[in-house]
Amino acid sequence: MKSVIFRTVAPFLSSLMMLFSIFVLLRGHNEPGGGFIGGLIAVSALAIYGIAHGVETVRRAILFHPMAIAGAGLLAATVAGLISLAAGVPFMTGLWIYPSVLGVEIPLSTVMLFDTGVYLVVVGAISSVALSLEERGGE
Amino acid sequence: MDIAALTFLALGLPFLAALVAPALTRLLGQNAAWILALVPAAVFAHFLRFVPEVSNGEIVTGGYAWIPSFNVSFSWLIDGLSLTFVLLISGIGALIVLYSGGYLKGHPHQGRFFSFILMFMGSMQGLVASDSFLMLFVFWELTSITSFLLIGFDHGREAARRAALQALVVTGGGGLLLLAGLLILWNVSGITQFSLLLSFGSELKQSPFYLAVLLLVLGGAFTKSAQFPFHFWLPNAMEAPTPVSAYLHSATMVKAGVYLLMRLNPVLGGTPEWQILLPLFGVATLVAGAALAVRQTDLKLMLAYTTMSSLGLLVMLTGLGEPYAIEAAALYLVAHALFKGALFMVAGIIDHETGSRNLTELGGLRSAMPLTFAIALGAALSMGGLPPFFGFLAKEEIYAALSAADLRSIVFAALTILGNALMFAVAFAIALKPFLGPKASTPLHPHEAPVQLWLGPAVLALKGLSLALMSGLAHRLISSPMASAIAGEPRSVEISLVPHIGAPLLLSVITVAAGVAFYLSLARLRGAMATILADFGWGPDRGFDQFMRALVRSAVAVTRRFQSGRLDVYMTVTFILVAVVLLAVPFRYGEFPRAPFFATDVPLHELAIMIIAVAGLVAIMVAPDRLTAIVSLGVQGFAVAMIFLLYGAPDLSFTQFMIETLSVVVLALVMTRLRLSPSDHRPLRQKLPDLAIALACGLGFCLLLLRATGVPFNASLTEFFNQYSKSIAHGANVVNVIIVDFRGTDTLGEITVVMIAGLAILALVRLRAGALKRAAAGAEIVVNEQDVEERV
Repeated sequence: MKSVIFRTVAPFLSSLMMLFSIFVLLRGHNEPGGGFIGGLIAVSALAIYGIAHGVETVRRAILFHPMAIAGAGLLAATVAGLISLAAGVPFMTGLWIYPSVLGVEIPLSTVMLFDTGVYLVVVGAISSVALSLEERGGE
Repeated sequence: MDIAALTFLALGLPFLAALVAPALTRLLGQNAAWILALVPAAVFAHFLRFVPEVSNGEIVTGGYAWIPSFNVSFSWLIDGLSLTFVLLISGIGALIVLYSGGYLKGHPHQGRFFSFILMFMGSMQGLVASDSFLMLFVFWELTSITSFLLIGFDHGREAARRAALQALVVTGGGGLLLLAGLLILWNVSGITQFSLLLSFGSELKQSPFYLAVLLLVLGGAFTKSAQFPFHFWLPNAMEAPTPVSAYLHSATMVKAGVYLLMRLNPVLGGTPEWQILLPLFGVATLVAGAALAVRQTDLKLMLAYTTMSSLGLLVMLTGLGEPYAIEAAALYLVAHALFKGALFMVAGIIDHETGSRNLTELGGLRSAMPLTFAIALGAALSMGGLPPFFGFLAKEEIYAALSAADLRSIVFAALTILGNALMFAVAFAIALKPFLGPKASTPLHPHEAPVQLWLGPAVLALKGLSLALMSGLAHRLISSPMASAIAGEPRSVEISLVPHIGAPLLLSVITVAAGVAFYLSLARLRGAMATILADFGWGPDRGFDQFMRALVRSAVAVTRRFQSGRLDVYMTVTFILVAVVLLAVPFRYGEFPRAPFFATDVPLHELAIMIIAVAGLVAIMVAPDRLTAIVSLGVQGFAVAMIFLLYGAPDLSFTQFMIETLSVVVLALVMTRLRLSPSDHRPLRQKLPDLAIALACGLGFCLLLLRATGVPFNASLTEFFNQYSKSIAHGANVVNVIIVDFRGTDTLGEITVVMIAGLAILALVRLRAGALKRAAAGAEIVVNEQDVEERV
């Protein structure tokens, strides 16, 4: 893309969107949001970055092949379900712990791990499709 | 362990052995055969323990429930019939494993071969031991599959691959008929086990479905047991290594059909249909097989065709319905397994040691291979029906069954004498011609076979002798229980080596005399048969090729018709169906919504959003190019998302926003990638039907939604989630809690689908245009090859 303005703004916009996507993912349990929406926002961020700076740059930036990210997400979601099984309760039962870090109580749960898995699957699967389309489309 | 657990183990043991066979062979080479042969030997020893009980007329059943709700079990039935079969399968199986050790010595895939043959053995003994229909069918198909692997073992050769496929198609097709027959039997009787079926026989014969069951079962049995005109796969299966021919095509697999007929004889037998169809096909197979055997010069092919005639003889005897016929079938089945197995192995030895199995190229081997000669002679004497071998007893009993004075018996007796005399000639041609006469030069310098090769046939030939010498014991332990099981009532076999002057002996003498005459004029007979067959030209073997070609061509035609590969055709069909379903249901059931209630006090901003949505739709239709249409679709989607937001569904709305954004991006990318023409060039005559389909779908969805929202809202789920979302799942956002917690397993499935869909799309995107072209060109070549073949 030739627009200088777009090329200049795109990295900042993408980073902000990426940060926002994680925020949306984490707040999802109590406010509108969650893994699916967060994942879609992250994909949009990657797509914008890709349009501005080329697919290769994006692929270098995310370090892993997008499908590997999706696979890790699916694994995380499955493990989140299996942890409950290991704890002797039915598959996918939500388990919570409340560790205290620097005096602040932080609720952690298998549900959160699961939602993170959803986020990663969406990011990986859809961005892998979008990136490969961008790559070929530019030829 | 109790006897039931041991029997279960014995039925599964060959499969376990098949798992370790390759590793063991890599470790020990051909000597692995000595260890692997212990498996069938152990099975043999286990089933030997049932002999005293079964010879007292008892029936041993056992098993485990499998799918109790369908009355399906894994259960076995050990009576005289199945016990004889199991002992033959495991006993000969042990010898065959040893023989394969010598025969395939040094073969790079010997371990795989052991594995296949053990799997086959397990399937075959499972088949004959089965009590439940389903188990019989599963094992029946397993024998087809394993024999496919064995016949095609030498898969580098075209002929072997063709023979394997042919055997699979013919016997597998027959298996489907059998399945249908068994299912009807199950439906009619409500019984799923052979042991319970006996008491149902008379009712079944009255049933209007009797003929259907009979024909379907015969379809299965005749294909498996190579009855004319389904016999052609058996001689072609001689492409397999000789141990396979000796095992599958003499003693075991081809007898499965005969076994089935014998097993069902008490239930289906005795009717006019049974007594017409079985003897008719049987005797046709007997004579055709014997005549075709004479035509051949390849030792294995000669044996294959005589096997076909022996199977015909067995089918004929099973259906004959005369006194002594069942007893004769039982005796001949055992005798045949022993002598034919031995002769096949002898043919393999000759092939292995001389490099040729063509009768006209062999001669004078008696001094080089005296032991093989003796074994061959012993087996041939039994096959020719000469005393003091078991075959003699069988032949006497056959003629006893055929010696009645009515026309039917006389015709069958005459044809049987013809078939038997031809088989006599073939037997001695195989046992004498390669060994007598002047020494012929062969590709290899002949030596006596090593012990692994001669042990099997020697044991079988000696067994044929010893069973006859101790005929009283053999009858009490084996023949009589077997005949009783086939007949469904107690039978006793009395025949002994002491000949009684009478009609049977006379027929025997005629057979031997005719056999000697045929033997002396074998070369002339062969020439005559060759001329006849050449004149005839067409045979079932060629018919099979024509059938397969027609099948492939019709499959191609059907695929081309329904899978055009054009996306617009698929879309049109799909949406026509959607419209039909949406519109037909309200018409059929009168479920139309009431006239919708139009609110008059819509706030201005809501009205504006709706106008934007409609404007987006209009813009799609009038858009000059595709990119504008895509963006307009996005506009419409954003408007809908706004409506969601206004009506209290922020999660849904956010998702919709993101999806719309990404759809526009992805669609635009797809458009550039596909290099479509920038605008839509459909002619009007295509646009109008598309418009009609779109309107019908829209109307249908409109009606459906109005009707659905017209139903009083059931708030129980809403209440449940509102009440428990925070207290149980620690989350205030009900939508998210449902997705990740209450219905988390659903979500797990959904993200799996997302991932798989992503992989599939990625694969499609990556398909290079060149690869596509290559694949298309390959398909073209296949089609062309078929055309060329046809023209040739």
